[in-house]
This record gives sequence, C-alpha cells and structure tokens, in this order.
Amino acid sequence: MNDTSRLHAEDITIGYDRRVISRNLTVEIPDGAFTVIVGPNACGKSTLLRALSRLLTPAEGRVVLDGRAISSYRAKEVARVLGLLPQSSLAPDGITVVDLVSRGRHPHQSMIRQWSPADEDAVRTAMDATGVGELSGRMVDELSGGQRQRVWVAMALAQQTPLLLLDEPTTFLDIAHQIELMELFTDLHEQGRTIVAVLHDLNQAARYGTHLIAMKDGSVVAQGAPADIVTAELVEEVFGLPCVVVPDPVTGTPSVAPIGRVREGHRSARGVR
Amino acid sequence: MSAIAGVDAASTGPLDFGASVRVVRIGGLSLRFRVRALLVSIALVVAAVGTALAALCLGEFVLTVPEVLSAFAGTQSGIVETVVLEWRAPRVLGALLFGAALGVSGAIFQSLTRNPLASPDIIGLSSGSYAGALVVIILIGGGTFMIAGGAIVGGLVAAGLGYVLAYRDGIQGFRLVVVGIAISAMLGALSTYLILRARLEIAMTAAVWGAGSLSRVGWTELALSAVVIAVALAAVAVLAPAMRQLELGDDAARALGIRPEPVRLSLVVAGVALTAVVTAFAGPITFIALAAPQIARRLTRSPGTALVPAALLGALVLLLSDIVAQHLLPQPLPVGIVTIVVGGAYLTWLLVREARRRP
Repeated sequence: MNDTSRLHAEDITIGYDRRVISRNLTVEIPDGAFTVIVGPNACGKSTLLRALSRLLTPAEGRVVLDGRAISSYRAKEVARVLGLLPQSSLAPDGITVVDLVSRGRHPHQSMIRQWSPADEDAVRTAMDATGVGELSGRMVDELSGGQRQRVWVAMALAQQTPLLLLDEPTTFLDIAHQIELMELFTDLHEQGRTIVAVLHDLNQAARYGTHLIAMKDGSVVAQGAPADIVTAELVEEVFGLPCVVVPDPVTGTPSVAPIGRVREGHRSARGVR
Repeated sequence: MSAIAGVDAASTGPLDFGASVRVVRIGGLSLRFRVRALLVSIALVVAAVGTALAALCLGEFVLTVPEVLSAFAGTQSGIVETVVLEWRAPRVLGALLFGAALGVSGAIFQSLTRNPLASPDIIGLSSGSYAGALVVIILIGGGTFMIAGGAIVGGLVAAGLGYVLAYRDGIQGFRLVVVGIAISAMLGALSTYLILRARLEIAMTAAVWGAGSLSRVGWTELALSAVVIAVALAAVAVLAPAMRQLELGDDAARALGIRPEPVRLSLVVAGVALTAVVTAFAGPITFIALAAPQIARRLTRSPGTALVPAALLGALVLLLSDIVAQHLLPQPLPVGIVTIVVGGAYLTWLLVREARRRP
C-alpha cells in the first residue's frame, strides 16, 4: 500500500442497517488520477463512493484522508478538500442558477464572512467551466436535464476541492450530454484534480478513466489502467456478459462489444469472433 | 464542445444573480443581502409599528397617538398610562412576539420537510400542547402557569414521539409529516375524550383556552416567553445557513460540510420551543405558522426559506388578526378564530392554485 495517496479505504466493512455490502475492503485512490469505479448493479460501487466521501460511516476499518481518519475531521474541513456530486440533489423552489452554484461556497463561509471576493471568483470560474454562465439568472426548475446536471457540477466545482467524487454523474442524460460532461471531467482532471467517478458505461469508463476499479459482489475484482485490465475475460467475470473487446476507433482505448445472440443479417459480428 | 468554451474566456464584471444583490464588505466582514428582501422587510417593520400604534389607540377608551406616545415617555399618568402600559402594551407586544415566533417556527418545519403545507400543527405540536393543557385544566385543575407548563410538556412529548416514530436512519421530512398527522389525530381524540368527561364549567374554560387568545398576556407572561423565544431565535440564526444547505438534500448538504442529524434535531427543538411557548401562554393559534413563511417567500421572491421576512409577516398578521378580533367584529372573539378564518381562506387559495397548476 502506498501511504502517500491522499484518499484510501483501509479494511472497511460497509453496508446499510444490518445488510453488509462490502467486507474488509481496501481501496486506494491514486493521486492525480481519473479513477472510475465500474461494476454491475448492486455491486457496492456507489456504497464505496459514499464511504469515501464520509456519507456512510464504515462499521469497521477506516477511510483515510491526508493521513488521518476522515471521521476525525470537522465536517467543514473535509468539505474544503473533498467535493461530491451526489446521485440526486434537490433544488429549493425558486432558486436561480447562480444562487445554487453559490451554495457550493458554504464550506468557505461563516456568519461574518458571507460573501468574499474569493467566493465570487470561485462561482464565476465554476460557471464558466461548466458553460452555465449565460444561464446565471435563470430558474433552475426551468432548465433541461443536461443543463441542470451541469449546474450541479458547477456547485461542486465552486467548492474548489482538490478531490472530486462523482456518483453516476451522467445517468439520465442523453449521449451528447454524457460525452460533454465526461470531456468536462477530463478537463478538470487535466487541471490537476483527483477525480473519482462511479459510471455505468464501460466504454466511457475505459475511454476517460486513467485508473479503473472493477467491483463485483462488494469486492474489488481488478484495478489498474484501462488498457491493462479491460479484457473480454474480465467483463465476462464481472458482468457475466460474453463480449469482444476491440480498440476504440477514435482513442484506441478498450471498447466492449457485447455478443448477445447474433441474428441473421448481422453476420459480420461472427467474423470478429 | 461549446459548453466548455468558457474555460479560457472567463467573463468579468459582477455576477448576474437575476435579482439585485448587494454585498457590504468592511475589513474581514462581508454581508450579502437581496435588495428586494431588505425592502420588503423594511416595509413590514414600518407596517408593524404603524399597526402597533393603532392597536394601542383602539379600544373602548380610544386614545390619540400623542397620548399613547406620552404614556411611553412617562409624561402621562392616571388612566391613560394604565390603559396603554398595563392593558394594551403587553397584548400588542405579545401579538408581535408570538406572531414572529410562529412565523419562524413554520418556516423551519416547511424548510425541513420541503413541504409548503407543513406547519408545527402537522407534526402534532398544537394538538400535543392542547392535550397537555387539558390534562392540567381538567384532571389537575391548575392555574395559568401550570396550564402553560402542561402545554409545553404536551407539545414536547408529541414532537418527541413524532421524531422517534419517524426516525429510521435519520429523519425524512415526508415521514415526519405522515407520522405527525397520525399523532395529531390520536391526541385530538384524547382531547375530545377529556372534554366530554369534564364538568360543564371546566369544559367551557378548556374550550376558551383552546380557541387561542391574547387576552391572558400580561407583562409576566410576556417576559417569560420573550426569554424562551429570544434563545430559540438566536439558535435559529446560527443554524440558518446550515438549514438552507439541508434544502439541497442530505447527501449534498453533507458533501458541503453539514452534519444533517444534529442540525435537524436542533432546528426541530428550536421550532418546537417557539410554537410550544406561544401555545402555552395564548393557546393554539393556528395558520400563522402555515401562511406567514409562504407569503413572505412570495413577497421577497427569495429562494428557499426567508426567515426574517417570515418572522415580520407573522408578527404583522397576528397583530392585525387581534385587532380584527377585538375591535372590528360586533362581539370580541379569541384571535385564534380570526386566524383560522384568514388561514382557511389562504389554504383554499393555495389548494386551488396547486390544483390549477397540475391539471
């Protein structure tokens, strides 16, 4: 184990009520990487992300942030280092885009410091980065799904944390908006942020992630660079899905083509096999 | 990708908040406020002061504004001083203070449950206080302060019961509302049972108490309740930023450095204290807590909950209702009956509006 990693889980057992999802899980989030956690539904990937972002307290073991148990920090201290885009958030009635993005500054504010020039800069930078600057004064409930998700990302960005965790950030978006967001996350990663995302789409995970963690039944099955670990055997083992892995025609990263039942008229697929 | 084009070409100039926002910075201090919310608040303060002066003048013994002011200045003595300082001032201040407390209490519960129809009545508070008071009036036969104590204990027990029954891995607004409605119904049944068993005169006393009136508010009652309300409001002021973050959902709030459970529990305690202390001294006064925060939000057009305008509006509405109850009706009635009528009209309007919005 590399002790210099800023965020890692040491031997944690996590779950809800008395239902254990993962037992004795040890996971390290490499600094400066774009880590993507993949796996079938209910494999515990979101649960792991919740534990890493201290939304869930492990029953055993501990999550370590910068050398100390994450539970030993004050809540606001963690929020200045680690940001999270949760799976679902609620926009208060009648809130404008800029007001919502401004809520991301809460960890940096106090009763007497309600709105500093740094707050203003952070909000503007976050809105520009996500392309919601022109929507500034619009009501959040009037926006499209893709716009709204970008506003939530902007709120997490306004928090200005070196670590950013994303729980299924592209679910419910159409393919164009998904790619738009993934490109944005890649930009943020290239600017030096450590990013951890839970994703459903294996091809996007392999294309945008620099480090993959594949999970099944609460355990980590494989981890490493996408080119090293995404193989037909792994996909079959993790998802139970027979497939062919070919290089992505654009990026050369591994791309997964499910075999399914090959029908008449799709004979060319047999040729690949 | 067009959406990301802004990364390099960062815009400059003040942020467009879609509404007028002012920031005041003095040294390390920086305060941000909405111009509209500030103007509405100032207008509400002016209206409340004006209404309070009118309330001090009105009555069987009608006074002029200079007479009222001189009574406060101490240059008047005799009957005018007695009428203003002993009879009317506590009642007027009580209306303002209790109205503000109810407005804030309603704003807290509406914020926590994210439900505009949620008010302290919903989670069984008022019925708890009423049942607690009835136990004292009918079974024990105590005086004003024992009744107040009974009302506070009853409110706390009902709120605690609701909190415990609705608790499952934290509190969820909707569950709190549903459990609260059930508790209200059960406590309502208990109250009816108590009244039916009581002797007629005692049942009458109980009924008068149950209507909600400011007629029992004197300086002692006012001072006692003011202490509780001041402490609760101070706590709410400290918790207000966290409360607004909680409106984003627990996960987002936690991600932004809030610990939802302690914040929510503290807010519930403050909200319960505010309603319980009002109920203790004035009986159940309904609908102020329901209507004031919503009307305030519409007037200020602020996102989420507006605490200060809700307090000011609650104060103004309760004082106006008390003036109507005392002077504008053929026969003086308890203020609780007027607020029920005002609130009923508001509730009808709200329901019609919601129904139209969703065909």
